[in-house]
Amino acid sequence: MHPFALSRADDPAKAIAAHAHDPQLVFIAGGTDLIGLMKDRAALPERLLDINGLPNMARIDALPEGGLRIGALARMSDVAADTEVRRRFPVVAEALLFAASGQLRNMASIGGNIMQRTRCAYFRDEIGCRCNKRNQGSGCAALRGLNRNHAIFGWSESCVATNPSDLAVALAAMDAVVIVLGKTGERLIPFTDFHRLPGSTPQRDNVLDRGDLIVAIEVPATVEAHASHYLKVRDRASYEFALVSAAAGVATDGRRIRSARIAMGGVAHKPWRLTAAETGLRGISLDDIDGLRSAIAASFTDARPLAHNAFKVELAQRAALRALQTAGART
Amino acid sequence: MSRTPKPGSGDAATDKTSSGTATGKSRIEPVPVNLTVNGLARTITVEPRMTLLDALREKLALTGTKKACDRGECGACTVHVDGRRVLSCMTLAAMMEGKKIKTIEGLEENGMLHPLQLAFIEHDGFQCGFCTSGQIMSGVAMIEEAKAGWPSAATADLGRHFTLADLSRAEIRERMSGNLCRCACYPNIVDAVVEAVARS
Repeated sequence: MHPFALSRADDPAKAIAAHAHDPQLVFIAGGTDLIGLMKDRAALPERLLDINGLPNMARIDALPEGGLRIGALARMSDVAADTEVRRRFPVVAEALLFAASGQLRNMASIGGNIMQRTRCAYFRDEIGCRCNKRNQGSGCAALRGLNRNHAIFGWSESCVATNPSDLAVALAAMDAVVIVLGKTGERLIPFTDFHRLPGSTPQRDNVLDRGDLIVAIEVPATVEAHASHYLKVRDRASYEFALVSAAAGVATDGRRIRSARIAMGGVAHKPWRLTAAETGLRGISLDDIDGLRSAIAASFTDARPLAHNAFKVELAQRAALRALQTAGART
Repeated sequence: MSRTPKPGSGDAATDKTSSGTATGKSRIEPVPVNLTVNGLARTITVEPRMTLLDALREKLALTGTKKACDRGECGACTVHVDGRRVLSCMTLAAMMEGKKIKTIEGLEENGMLHPLQLAFIEHDGFQCGFCTSGQIMSGVAMIEEAKAGWPSAATADLGRHFTLADLSRAEIRERMSGNLCRCACYPNIVDAVVEAVARS
């Protein structure tokens, strides 16, 4: 790794001020993504600020209205093992348990998880390929290169990368909120607005500015959260990033869907909500497989697969259907 | 303190960074770190960029912890920090102030191997042995996680409390998936873990 300086933060206000004024400073918590990026020379910060000592940021709390507040420094394994998360937000627990490995889940923080950068091999290449995310204006090697793992929705000529976080997909489906402390105080970012599409500025993964510190994520209590499921489809059975994944939650009257939430991973630069499908699924019986299938298909009319990932269009629809059915069995 | 790369250290990254230093942009001073390693209080002086893995191997001569992928992909460098299994290649030594580290060298007690070490020998849980210390450190902590009731991706009902009796072979395979074995000793590794669980 390149040489860098390391210091410890004990006060959020000072950490935010330091980050706001120093473009060469990055926060480090678990480090499981940042250290890999530095080893691959995809991140070369001059200064690291260790935020693990910031007070009260590793808590997992129940909110008065039944929601869940996860501190940004809580570790993936602690959140996944939490009894209330497992019982009331199974999609969140499953997204965490199907991610990474036991060792990495012990290390990785929740705030860092949603900040992790794409696994696009061109972006991660140690030698440095054409990648607009890494070197603005250098082009996108994946656009006409090996793009089996890349996006089918929302990509641009500048970038076809996908977001690798499993947790982010579950949080998008559940309309979680990211609580950010910044230069002007606290603000709430709806999870579906947190990550960006690449457009012409793919170097920016999300809407955070300098001086922004994620302090917590809140997941509202919903009927759909209770009957929810995360389905991950990947090349090997464990310890692998998703080809596609689906987070689904459902509320029903008997077997009839009253409300459904579906978000997909592995298909776009951000967790991809199937809003058209969610509208079309209302009133359909969970036993009407053809009805469910055609409602889901409505969200795939604008899919734009690349040379090597057309299989994702069908795979994603089947994953969404099965995630919905499994969630439905939990009502 | 010398920054000269040590021959045979196996740290390819050390060589590459010499050009970064030559620019004179940032001369990053080594820092002292106080930590406990296998029950002994130690103070090491490390550059902020040094991983816990390199510090264990090069500063403390604890070479039982192995460096393989150096990217958090293989698990060979697994150690325990404050009782939890972590990847030492993705951990900065300078962030370990006050932490309790346990490595494969610290697993035996009173000259007796840990039950999982014995089970690995009994069940031929290795061939070349390069992944073995990581497998064993991971396995020991994994059994504690299961005892604490932690579920896994192989757990059928997340709402139910997990007990050691639920630790099936499928559960063990899933929970040990962060440790790769290129000799593919996986069935024997699972056998060894099953035996250690039965004895614990």
